Amino acid sequence: MKFIQNIFDATRPAVTTGKLKPLYPLYNALETMMFVPDHNAHSGAHVRDAIDLKRTMVTVIFALVPALLFGIFNGGYQHYKALGLLNEAMGWGQFFTLDNFIFGAWKIVPMIAVTYMAGLGVEIYFAGINKHPVNEGFLVSGLLIPMTMPIDMPLWMVAISTIFAVLIGKEVFGGTGMNILNPALTARAFAFFAYPSFMSGDKVWVNTTVEAGQTVVDGFSGATALGQYATTGSTSFGAWDAFLGLIPGSIGETSTLLIVLGGVYLIATGIGSWKIMLGSTLGAVAMGLLFNWAAPHMITESQQQFMSIPFYYHLVFGSWAFATIFMATDPVSAAHTERGKWIYGFLVGFLGIMIRVFNPAYPEGMMLAILFMNVMAPMIDHYVVNANIQQRLKRSKA
Amino acid sequence: MQRIFFETILTLDMSKTHTIRKGLNLPMVGAPSTQVEDFPLGTSFAVNPDEFVGVAPKLSVKEGDTVKAGQAIFFDKKDARIQITSPVSGTVRAIVRGAKRRLDQIQIEADATTSYHDFGKGLPKDAEAAKATLLASGAWTLLEMRPFARVANPDDAPKAIFVNGMSSAPFATEASIAIAGREEAFTAGLKVLNLLAPKTVLSLHAEESAPVLTQATGVEIHRFSGKHPAGNTSVHIAALSPLNKGEVIWAISAQDVAIIGDLFLKGHYCLDRILSVAGSGINAPHYFRLRGGMNLATFFAANGKKGAYRYISGSVLSGQSIGAEGYLQLNSQQLTVIPEGQGTDFMGWVLPGFGKFSNSRTFMSWLSPGKKYDLTTKLHGEERAFVVTGQYDQVFPFDIYPNQLLKAVWAKDLERMEALGIYELAPEDFALCEVICTSKQPLQHMVREALDLLHTEMN
Repeated sequence: MKFIQNIFDATRPAVTTGKLKPLYPLYNALETMMFVPDHNAHSGAHVRDAIDLKRTMVTVIFALVPALLFGIFNGGYQHYKALGLLNEAMGWGQFFTLDNFIFGAWKIVPMIAVTYMAGLGVEIYFAGINKHPVNEGFLVSGLLIPMTMPIDMPLWMVAISTIFAVLIGKEVFGGTGMNILNPALTARAFAFFAYPSFMSGDKVWVNTTVEAGQTVVDGFSGATALGQYATTGSTSFGAWDAFLGLIPGSIGETSTLLIVLGGVYLIATGIGSWKIMLGSTLGAVAMGLLFNWAAPHMITESQQQFMSIPFYYHLVFGSWAFATIFMATDPVSAAHTERGKWIYGFLVGFLGIMIRVFNPAYPEGMMLAILFMNVMAPMIDHYVVNANIQQRLKRSKA
Repeated sequence: MQRIFFETILTLDMSKTHTIRKGLNLPMVGAPSTQVEDFPLGTSFAVNPDEFVGVAPKLSVKEGDTVKAGQAIFFDKKDARIQITSPVSGTVRAIVRGAKRRLDQIQIEADATTSYHDFGKGLPKDAEAAKATLLASGAWTLLEMRPFARVANPDDAPKAIFVNGMSSAPFATEASIAIAGREEAFTAGLKVLNLLAPKTVLSLHAEESAPVLTQATGVEIHRFSGKHPAGNTSVHIAALSPLNKGEVIWAISAQDVAIIGDLFLKGHYCLDRILSVAGSGINAPHYFRLRGGMNLATFFAANGKKGAYRYISGSVLSGQSIGAEGYLQLNSQQLTVIPEGQGTDFMGWVLPGFGKFSNSRTFMSWLSPGKKYDLTTKLHGEERAFVVTGQYDQVFPFDIYPNQLLKAVWAKDLERMEALGIYELAPEDFALCEVICTSKQPLQHMVREALDLLHTEMN
């Protein structure tokens, strides 16, 4: 590794004193990525834990990788399936194929690259202005953003959404650690409201580009399971397929199994809050059961049908799992107190499923529920912390 | 509803055991054996006024003056009664000043045998007499006050004095070893403390069996079990008699109680202590009899390993780095030597990290839970904004919200700090939070500044 260190050593003068000084944050970010710096503790405790923010973020990335790889395969799988080029009888043999992977990667890798370039560009720019090192938060956001997008999202829209999220969602509040909203969801919400025709409906989830001689199969619908429920009151997808992930949807959201696997990893490493995840599960189940109970009393038939689906379907269809495990658990925008995390998590699940069923415009609610709860989280914390303050005051008067 | 951290059960000897459920014992190699050895004190001594939190030093001596052990070398500008006295008899060799003539160090060349200033033998009759001798001898500075974690204010009326007989910091000096053979002095010291406050509390390990501690009289004995910081006085106070606004508690270590006892029994103020000398930088870690203020160059040369080490007067958590040629702090309770961190760590944030210590489970090392590490002073990363939540709570056994309190500290919001309970804490209570902090924030330093700021605003 000496030669890498030598490269950094040779170029250091240029970025610390020379003309390339504005590039120092970029240089510093690259160098500290290659080598954890040799800084020692000088004040306070003389020994320190090996964990740092980079390790924390890379742990989340590890957790995301299975769902991302699945999403890449699924991109190709849904495409070829729509074109009728798959032999359904072959099952998984038709899923983990090089063709599927290449097709998916061809669409998705550029999205990831564009997201990182746009987001890190803004981060590095602000790091230069504010004279602080580049914070690692975007390492995760940069992967989350493409994973919440439909596969056909134009790259320039991805870039603009990302820039908006980093700029308005994060930097104006003071950068990493200060933001109110989850940056990745801010990007998605921006795209959702700015380019609705690319973010919703039944045309965007499956790439149906045909080459010469290819056609989309008769009767193909690119709608998601929830989309079908909202319009027809039933779905053509089985819960088992949805659990495994063989359904159309945003790139990273389809495989509940692999998302939960990532969640288990996050809980095992202690990086993701199990309280938020369990809270959201309880909230979603509670709302699902409430709907089941209320369904017969509804007026319209479509509402009756959507509300009477088994409660656990809500956990495998749509983005509930991805949102719960990777979005709601963002430590900065979630509740900060441990008790607050229960309340926050529960309401994320509860409201997410509620909006999903009631929203006439778009049959999914996790994004809006989390953004709403991001805003509410400081209030939850306020009451939790205030209880502690009041108790202390009471003790002092007693 | 209240967060419950402390569970109380009655044990046979009627002293209570409080179980502290949160904390962390750093898995470090280099623990001391219980053997005790004397080491020649040498002739070079020094005192750094910095050690005494809250004391604005003003000299009572000048270069060339001769002093006896127990005679003042400087005092607090704001309260001349608080004096810091010489640990030895000898000549003031040099007065070292830093930037803006700040008083950095008073160096004393010691006589071959120490002659002590005589404060008179016999236990004091009342609190006033006790205070007078404690202040005159410098022994007053052994008492630390809560709130503010600084040298006690003689005008306060503390609701209790907490004697710590169970420090739980890594390699901390065991009270039973430190005061073995000094039973009489310890008992006398407790009697003196009893004059100063309506109640004296002695906190002990759950499994402590030394009679001098377990059968101490005139004190309320409480036992604590659990990982560090179970032995921190703030934890004991929180469990037994939480500090409210306006209340004051004084804290002292068990060994220093014996020093106070000897002050009244023999009339001498002698800062000889039995200290744990530990860490992987020491050849054979064990206990030594050393004196506060002594130069440690010969000591480290004789007992330390060669190489780049961090020499700490105190614990790895809150001690002061003094260098290989430095002086033992006057009131240090232990000595630790650990390797300095060296070199960068290629892709350290991505690789599995089997050999890396972390309280999180993000490194593969969590698969070997009993493993001990040769921890260095490496920071393992760079300072970042507060991002992670819920992390400090794992090692912070107080009914206090550490993240919220630290944000108030960061924002210098005095009212909120107060409301969130900063009075109940000392910087050392944040030491473990600082160790495990993902964002590498200097928490103890922040809390120290906040406490000083609060103290200034209130006085």
